Amino acid sequence: MTALEVRQLYKRFGGIEAVAGVSLDIAAGERRALIGPNGAGKTTLFHCIAGTELASAGTVTLFGKDITRLPAHARARSGLARTFQITNLFPLLTVMENVLLAAAAAADVGLALVKSMASYGALHERGAKLLADWGLAEKPSVQVRHLSYGEQRQLELALALAGEPRILLLDEPTAGLSAAESARVVGMLQALSRRMTILMVEHDMDVAFGLADRISVLHMGRIVAEGDERAIRADPQVSEIYLGAQ
Amino acid sequence: MLSVQDVHTYYGDSYVLQGVSLEVKPGEVVAILGRNGVGKTTLVRSIVGLTPPRRGRIAFRDADITRLPAHRIARMGIGLVPQGRRVFRSLTVRENLTVVARGEGPWSLDKVLELFPNLPRRLRSPGGKLSGGEQQMLAGARALVTNPKLLLMDEPSEGLAPLIVRELGNVIDALKSSGTAVLLVEQQLRFALRHADRIYIMSKGRVVHHCSPRELADDAAIRSRYLGV
Repeated sequence: MTALEVRQLYKRFGGIEAVAGVSLDIAAGERRALIGPNGAGKTTLFHCIAGTELASAGTVTLFGKDITRLPAHARARSGLARTFQITNLFPLLTVMENVLLAAAAAADVGLALVKSMASYGALHERGAKLLADWGLAEKPSVQVRHLSYGEQRQLELALALAGEPRILLLDEPTAGLSAAESARVVGMLQALSRRMTILMVEHDMDVAFGLADRISVLHMGRIVAEGDERAIRADPQVSEIYLGAQ
Repeated sequence: MLSVQDVHTYYGDSYVLQGVSLEVKPGEVVAILGRNGVGKTTLVRSIVGLTPPRRGRIAFRDADITRLPAHRIARMGIGLVPQGRRVFRSLTVRENLTVVARGEGPWSLDKVLELFPNLPRRLRSPGGKLSGGEQQMLAGARALVTNPKLLLMDEPSEGLAPLIVRELGNVIDALKSSGTAVLLVEQQLRFALRHADRIYIMSKGRVVHHCSPRELADDAAIRSRYLGV
């Protein structure tokens, strides 16, 4: 079954064609990495899939349902979650409050402004488990702005998973992480159930090749190569535009 | 060139740097390694005056800069490539570079633009419209056009494609041969090993190890203990 189907997608900003006719087919349970030079259009493509930008032309289909014109929150309800290249958290709230907000939104629980956060017992339990999974068990009451950059990235992953999405879009999940933290995140991602489909942008080739079943290479808004690690490493065009001489 | 002596820095009650000392000599590339959350960025912020230390002393070319405001420290010749792409989002690429450019020194606008292949064709785009990696390139270019005597780089390779990371390495080598000192906070161990003259490893707010890249490459026990690799 195809989890995500992108057909002839275009995104234009003024005279610039950031995405210029991209088609992708990602099978349910697949791990796909999207690589390419800086400015190739990777993040814009992510925005069009997640709904934070609307495509100028083309279609995006999620598990057979056309979501091309759906707003971002409706796509989230259809089981799509994403993380951002640049962290996107509530800096003045605590770690647990950030997780509770994400879990409440995902569970479709309306939060009452006059009720204390602690009274949402089941959400709390789920939040605590997520924090433990993502190495933040000791930090629930720390304000997010006081977390290190790496911890903020880990929290972002925990938030994306709070809603148990069917498809997860990861924008550079290990950027800014030390080797140790990066290895932990890779291990956590590898352990995720194959019921979840993952599309990720990643510049660390050890991570991209380590996690992905297949790799798509984007250059100037177009897919110029697609294949497994061996095919991509052997592709002379990919070496020239992205990897450099090995 | 830079001397950091027994520096203690707090965020409110949080005791982050617990007595850090290190030194950077003229024309030297010094890397700081360590896991996330050990205080590397706080050290950079202490040096440039954004989060001054509560105790200890920081000297730059023999002048005490411990309590100077950030803009004065910048004017003395310390450049910063901050972590996380802090460019002026509403200014164009050209404006980002010209507002900070200073005449004296080898790094003219044209020379710097040669180093970052994406920037010349984006000169009229607002900083906020660049891709993440392009913003990182702009942050690097902006630090260079100030013609710093010491350049602090906080994870300059983050978000850059492998080919551009290699070019960034060439920039660091070029800085070094022009006599500029570089203090490099870096997560990519391979990159640090290739370009640094000396390495300090931090853990829990302290410098716990000091060695040459060669020694670190050969010392699996230290790598595993402090870097987890």
